[in-house]
Amino acid sequence: MSHDPDQHETEHGPHDSHPHDHAGAHPHEHRSPPRPDLPDTLTYYRAMEAAVRELLIEKGLFTADDVRRQVEFMDGRNAGRGAKMVARAWLDPAYKQRVLDDGSRAAQEIGLDVGMLKLVVVENTPAVHNVIVCTLCSCYPRMLLGLPPDWYKSRNYRSRVVRDPRAVLAEFGTVVPDDVQIRVHDSTADMRYLVLPRRPEGTEALSEAELEALVTRDSMIGVTLATRI
Amino acid sequence: MGETIVPRFRVGDSVTVRAAYPIGHVRTPFYVRGKRGVIERQCGAFANPEELAYGRPGLPPQPLYRVRFRQRDLWPDYAGRPDDVVEVEIYQHWLEAAERTR
Repeated sequence: MSHDPDQHETEHGPHDSHPHDHAGAHPHEHRSPPRPDLPDTLTYYRAMEAAVRELLIEKGLFTADDVRRQVEFMDGRNAGRGAKMVARAWLDPAYKQRVLDDGSRAAQEIGLDVGMLKLVVVENTPAVHNVIVCTLCSCYPRMLLGLPPDWYKSRNYRSRVVRDPRAVLAEFGTVVPDDVQIRVHDSTADMRYLVLPRRPEGTEALSEAELEALVTRDSMIGVTLATRI
Repeated sequence: MGETIVPRFRVGDSVTVRAAYPIGHVRTPFYVRGKRGVIERQCGAFANPEELAYGRPGLPPQPLYRVRFRQRDLWPDYAGRPDDVVEVEIYQHWLEAAERTR
């Protein structure tokens, strides 16, 4: 590697030979309190990732730019992809049926590459409300929704939404009426889930693009509804 | 090679999740172990993640099912509707046929 850890330590390491006297007057100006960089800990897995990545780059299997490009691609995906699928399903009952029968194929049909993803789309109806979780980790339909929000990965959400979904949904501002069944979908294995929210009332005149704008990330996770405005 | 595991369950079958607690990488959540549910759908067959996690091929692929559990069967004090459910993907080797009569 090009970095010499010893030299690095000399340049940026703790200033052992430069005692700070915080009790007395400051000999020099601090612009702001020091803040840790993000992420600030070199954990076992971070160190392993860096070691493997650098080795593969050295061996010429891929370049640093390939890695950067893939990260940029992954960061660039967003819920607009899922929204496209939902709006099309709202407008085309035959397409909706294909979405419910085989989500992966229906995504590919409208030009959304879902890779190896096995997509299961679950439909909200007047009688059923669906919500998605991965209690074991953070499985999420990234190809259609982008990166999951932090709360989706939190232990709080993951442990509570399978145990008391009505209370958790209420915390998101979604009060599910007592006459509606709740189905929680725990993505424990090879399937990934997307909720097909109900089409809001009074949207008959909207165009496909206008409908897409109503379909939010959270409505496709199932913690809220798709609404007008 | 080319070996397959025959799916043992069909949609609507009652099943019980094995109450086993092996160490290692397991994708059957604790909260459904020993619990009874109904096969909601067959998902196909996939390499066993308990093997994949340790660099082994995980073959032949294990049939995977979505199993529907009533919340009341998972959490006796569940406060919501009696027909609220949780649906979980479970591999066949974690499932046993449930008693028909009860």
